Amino acid sequence: MADYIPVLFFAVMAAILPVAGLGIMALFRPSKPDPIKLSPYECGVEPTSEAWDHRFSVRYYLIAVLFVVFDVETIFVFPWAVMYQKLLLFGLIEMVIFLGILVIGYVYVWKRGALTWA
Amino acid sequence: MSPELFNVAAAGAKIAFVWGVVLAALLPMLIWAERRVAAFIQDRPGPNRVGPLGLFQSLADAIKFFMKEDVTPTYADRFLFNLAPWITLVPAITTFAIIPFGSSLPVTLGGQTYDVPLIIADVNVGVLYMFALTSIGIYGIVLAGYTSNDKFSLLGGIRSSAQIISYELAMGISAIGVFMTAGSLRLPEVVAYQQQHIWNVVPQILGAVIFIISAFAETNRLPFDLPEAEAELVAGYHTEYSAFKFAMFFMGEYANMVAASALIVTLYFGGWSLPGIAFTGVAGALLSIAVFAAKTGLFIFIFLWVRWTLPRFRYDQLMDLGWKVFLPLSVLNLLYVAILVAAGKA
Repeated sequence: MADYIPVLFFAVMAAILPVAGLGIMALFRPSKPDPIKLSPYECGVEPTSEAWDHRFSVRYYLIAVLFVVFDVETIFVFPWAVMYQKLLLFGLIEMVIFLGILVIGYVYVWKRGALTWA
Repeated sequence: MSPELFNVAAAGAKIAFVWGVVLAALLPMLIWAERRVAAFIQDRPGPNRVGPLGLFQSLADAIKFFMKEDVTPTYADRFLFNLAPWITLVPAITTFAIIPFGSSLPVTLGGQTYDVPLIIADVNVGVLYMFALTSIGIYGIVLAGYTSNDKFSLLGGIRSSAQIISYELAMGISAIGVFMTAGSLRLPEVVAYQQQHIWNVVPQILGAVIFIISAFAETNRLPFDLPEAEAELVAGYHTEYSAFKFAMFFMGEYANMVAASALIVTLYFGGWSLPGIAFTGVAGALLSIAVFAAKTGLFIFIFLWVRWTLPRFRYDQLMDLGWKVFLPLSVLNLLYVAILVAAGKA
């Protein structure tokens, strides 16, 4: 875990510097709020509804679910790739079977039109 | 001086170096360079008033970012709205911790020579850490879009998340080829492999092309800047952000671009190494840093060049390219490299 101490230090510094910047500069910054300025930007037209009330395409959910499926597969391939030079033929055959199953699912999803954005 | 104390001092010096170079010098330079390159490509002068060649333009911009009013919209979710810029900026900067930016620097202290590897944290999960941080960065964009309670921001944030996760798949699978040949996820070992054998771009050109194009999509750069497509979404997920918080998104985006360039160089173009040259001693270490900087600079220039040359994709084209072209191609690349490695060992 000692390897990660510089990483942690890096992240903490990256988080603290903007806080310091914002804090110090708050002394110099103007602050003159008014209702029009604080309303959501809609090209000058007064908003009649909140953005949270609006719906968006269900395809985004579909993409998110497909991503989870394929990303978990990717994570499984990473350790295999690292050990590949020791596994060789066994590893290759095993991965062809694994990817074969994945490709069947991929073709199914494609044929069902889940990948078509229209 | 005890070795432990020396290690701490060396780590501190390296962090100071990377912060100094990347954040204090490179990012402001990059913002200036983008505008100058844009002007050059479009045959106009660009910023040339502030300082010599307009070099202090970024400084002027920074002061302006600090001095402007910081607006939080009435209907926004205040806490998450203010947190979002941090979630984008912090992972973007933290990625620099695992990139090897040079060979190793011999330091003689009190009659004893230490070999300081020029990388801040040689973590064993290597590039997986980088992918993890990129994924965390998405939360910042999604939260910014969602909590602004602005229709343009919402659409931009959702588009961005769908785009980044789509291309992350192709990016991750194409990068696996590199780890198969190197037999490790550690980036210094990837570089060492390329130094002893051949740059990965030569046998794995397909993987390299997929990785580079996906990197454009991951960093929301043109031709894939759909999340902030200004013609349709005003400014996308950061429409409601002003002053310093907008600057944080801006810096995060540029930091991501530098990190992506550095990663492309490290994985496919030999990192800090050059074929036929052994980087030893202090001169070798300094030379390796220069080589790495030059290669990364070249890719950053390509990022800028593409932005001002290619038009934007349509969203359905973007998704088709990611899911129907790059994903199958990256799996093919994986099998191809697997056979290549097996044939090489046999």
